[in-house]
Amino acid sequence: MTATTIARVRKGVLTAVMFALSILFLMPFLWMLSASVKIEAEVFAYPIKWLPTQWHAIENYKEVWVGKFPFYKYYWNTIKVTVATTVISSIVSALAAYGFSKIQFAASKYLFLIVLATYMIPQQAILVPQFILYRQIGFFDSHLGLILLCSFSVLGTFMLRQFFMGIHNEFIESAKIDGAGHWKIFWRIAFPLVRPAIATYAILRFIWTWNDYQNPLIFLRTDKLYTIQLAMQKFTTINGEFYSLMMAAAVSAIVPLLIIFVIGQKSVIEGIALGGVKG
Amino acid sequence: MQTTKTAAHASAVVKPKRTGSRLKRKETIAGFLFIGPMLIGVTVLTLIPIVATFLLSLADWNFIAGIKDIKWVGFDNFERLFQDDAFLKSLRNNAVFLLAVPIYLAISMFLAIVIDKHIYMKSYFKVAYFMPYISSIVAVAIVWQVLFNPSAGPVNQTLMALGIENPPKWIADPKYALPSLMMISIWISIGFNMIVYIAGLQSIPRDLYEAAEIDGAGTWTKFKSITFPQLSSTTFFLLVTGIISTFKVFELIAVLTKGGPLNSTTMIVWQLYDTAFVNLKIGYASSMAVVLFFCVLAITLLQWIGQKKWVNY
Repeated sequence: MTATTIARVRKGVLTAVMFALSILFLMPFLWMLSASVKIEAEVFAYPIKWLPTQWHAIENYKEVWVGKFPFYKYYWNTIKVTVATTVISSIVSALAAYGFSKIQFAASKYLFLIVLATYMIPQQAILVPQFILYRQIGFFDSHLGLILLCSFSVLGTFMLRQFFMGIHNEFIESAKIDGAGHWKIFWRIAFPLVRPAIATYAILRFIWTWNDYQNPLIFLRTDKLYTIQLAMQKFTTINGEFYSLMMAAAVSAIVPLLIIFVIGQKSVIEGIALGGVKG
Repeated sequence: MQTTKTAAHASAVVKPKRTGSRLKRKETIAGFLFIGPMLIGVTVLTLIPIVATFLLSLADWNFIAGIKDIKWVGFDNFERLFQDDAFLKSLRNNAVFLLAVPIYLAISMFLAIVIDKHIYMKSYFKVAYFMPYISSIVAVAIVWQVLFNPSAGPVNQTLMALGIENPPKWIADPKYALPSLMMISIWISIGFNMIVYIAGLQSIPRDLYEAAEIDGAGTWTKFKSITFPQLSSTTFFLLVTGIISTFKVFELIAVLTKGGPLNSTTMIVWQLYDTAFVNLKIGYASSMAVVLFFCVLAITLLQWIGQKKWVNY
């Protein structure tokens, strides 16, 4: 055997070992998926039956989606909140990032420092005043309030600022000479150039908002406004005895994100690696 | 808003004689228009609230009473805080939880090295290990809750089948509850850290390894003298973000244990939430928020200092 063949065999064996490890790592997901299509009596059967002897998928998912505690409503709420937050947050962040990187004015540096400083304030340290404020101005227990809460992301501003700084100033200067204002330059030149970065940020923001539990828990009260995360917990309290239903609900909460992630996989991983950002 | 106006005004006044002053003013206005929404949002939703947190931490107040019934008590809340067993317990739990960070960093680094260089199907592995990170913590926590079920759960069924007679009761047992949460947290965090490590690995110059191979260095030597030191800035960054994120642990506790059993899993944010939104003690909860703020601030400052000294290039 030549050296390269040995190396290849070694790589192959290691891949197999790592594959086995990754299956172990993913076991909770596999178990969840398998339990969600079983009849209740079979969920805890041991040794674990990965494939059910009696398929109950349609019944389980039907109960979750259109049963007593219908998920389609909470899905719709979540989609509304998540999409609106993602869009507003992306635009606000992109505007601010452009302002901080491509418009020269005296106060810019200090304002940026202030915004930067707020980044290290943990949101939990300001929850109480935010709650009081929301009660006062009537944003409490409304989707609008929830959306606005996560729409002013300092993180997005930093991320996008890096990319705007990468645009050569000549582009902007020559557009200015042609008589374009910043508004036009932003939409016609700068925005298209950093579109991949904005897409990355938007996907991350989408994931974080979709998964957010803390803010809906504190800022929503009415059942019918619940997002999917809150609904899941409520669902498990109501259906505490029905593990197959709980697992079907969990699958339903995770699947949309998996789809988004698989589609935007490259930009998510790049974005995470680049900024080392965390939700 | 007030600051916005005065700042704009000031910058227009500073250099009135320059020929481009009209242009300058236009730039300033444009600048404020672009950063305006962000600035207003940050001011209303972050800056004013943080000031309010500090003020409220000096008060004895609850939600039900009106603003009139606010009682200023100075530093009484903080004095009480450091005699409050539950709060001290939460601080201690936070300290224990820190142990999870080096553990998942080590696992992530190992996986990153193996996945980056030594195996096929790289993108499958990236997605596989990343799955817990993109899944919602609520869903993941509910799954683990069932897996950890003391009598019927698959984890204990397996342990019993392997001959362990009294497997731990996991999240239902005060002794094992916190380690169980830490295990879940490690499982969730591996993907994110691994991805950042892989990016770090890809920025290590290849000729370093080539030179080492010519010198006859083995795998371990290469790891010890090239990979590990070259990753030090990544490690440092992940360590700091990891530590900060342990101070914010909330969702796992809220879904799985609610701080129990016997306060064995209460942590600072849970304690804060419980005090503010269950017991409605606003002033007291705010003093916890102040402690949380300073913990995170201290670590951030350490990061700034450490970045210069500790990191290897």
